[in-house]
Amino acid sequence: MGILALMTNDRYELNKNLAQMLKGGVIMDVTTPEQAEIAQDAGACAVMALERIPADIRAAGGVSRMSDPKMIRGIQKAVSIPVMAKVRIGHFVEAQVLQALDIDYIDESEVLTPADDVYHIDKTQYSVPFVCGAKNLGEALRRIAEGASMIRTKGEPGTGDVVQAVRHMREMNRQIREVAGLREDELFEKAKQLEVPVDLLRSVHDNGRLPVVNFAAGGVATPADASLMMQLGAEGVFVGSGIFKSGDPAQRATAIVQATTNYQDWDLVARVSEGLGEAMVGINEGEIAVLMAERGK
Amino acid sequence: MTPLLGVLALQGAFAEHEAMFGKLGAATVEIRQSRDLDQQLDAIVLPGGESTVQGKLLRDLGMFDRLRELIANGLPVFGTCAGLLLLAKHVEDGDTHLAVMDMTVKRNAYGRQLGSFFTRAEVKGVGDVPMTFIRAPYIESVGEGAEVLARVDGHIVAAQQNAMLVTSFHPELNDDLSMHRYFLDTMVLRRRSGA
Repeated sequence: MGILALMTNDRYELNKNLAQMLKGGVIMDVTTPEQAEIAQDAGACAVMALERIPADIRAAGGVSRMSDPKMIRGIQKAVSIPVMAKVRIGHFVEAQVLQALDIDYIDESEVLTPADDVYHIDKTQYSVPFVCGAKNLGEALRRIAEGASMIRTKGEPGTGDVVQAVRHMREMNRQIREVAGLREDELFEKAKQLEVPVDLLRSVHDNGRLPVVNFAAGGVATPADASLMMQLGAEGVFVGSGIFKSGDPAQRATAIVQATTNYQDWDLVARVSEGLGEAMVGINEGEIAVLMAERGK
Repeated sequence: MTPLLGVLALQGAFAEHEAMFGKLGAATVEIRQSRDLDQQLDAIVLPGGESTVQGKLLRDLGMFDRLRELIANGLPVFGTCAGLLLLAKHVEDGDTHLAVMDMTVKRNAYGRQLGSFFTRAEVKGVGDVPMTFIRAPYIESVGEGAEVLARVDGHIVAAQQNAMLVTSFHPELNDDLSMHRYFLDTMVLRRRSGA
């Protein structure tokens, strides 16, 4: 019997499993095959292929879309680790295109300009996995109900300011602790308040965690930022503009990878933080015109 | 006495392995740095994840030579997916890492995530086992010292050599404890009673 005949249809389980394999790792934004190789050599567990990193998207303004498939293919050829790419919120055809490209993970991302201001993509209709951003438990469980097999915070991308990722991670975990402490008969009302399916809420109640892997994303620029997010409960870290907007990308990327693995070792985080050169300049939360985290609730 | 297993916790699905061995009554400790190898370990577990990341961190964190020596000297080791790649002496189109087990491995042999799949198959000495393959490698061939334990679609997906057990699938992702039990019984406990 061939492998195809033996396959089950449970793609969703396999897609959650791939996120489990990424845990404890760093996923890096890259815009060229050369950057992808630098990221892989530095220890990235996956790369996010996109045309412009968030800091430049923010600076350029205008409408930001899915990347050119040719550029994505170039990056797929350059590295052996998983390759992810972003689609606009609600743009289900961009997602069809990425599945046709045999992408490893789709990020339905608020970093791009939303294509639909009401509906997210029905992610249950795809074989490839999706990661989505969430500021809180309600957003996370709505995305999971739509078929997301991985969640990340919606820290403000392209700013180098970690404050929002911290806020989202704390809020998520505070709400999870709260739900875990509820009585069974209180879950129905809680599901109503959070506007989420009660079966997903019950899973959180029973297991004390989201039913999928949860990474930190947005504003992570230093090894200490990565360790901070891991100590707050992230299961891994996305680093966007923080690496290739810094003085020495390879060295900074390596340092962030080590700080993510050994996030509880203060001496090691101190050591790898030495002499990394310029971090990305950064923009404070109060100075930015567009709050991308407010896209897609 | 309860055996103590060191689970390489640099990146990937190490927590899943810890949970599986915990259910079998074994104690586990996470190996993140060279000093973690100073403990009296009864075995090493190399989990699934990304082999390029794990291989790099083994070197960057100064654990590579220690770990290789421990395994070469007979410390039992169980490698799944990325762990299998770390142990292979030959990797097609890729770097080798610990290079202690006589086999040639093909990385991402089933393609990208769309090629990931689930199946069940017979593992010699273990029985019918659920197998989750995630961007998995397979073993192209094994050397004289190694024994094939399972094939799927003609490709080798489990093998052993002395006290080294490898699978290209992820037994840590299913509820079935039989691969973990097989490792404990035939490699870890037998070695302890023999010592």
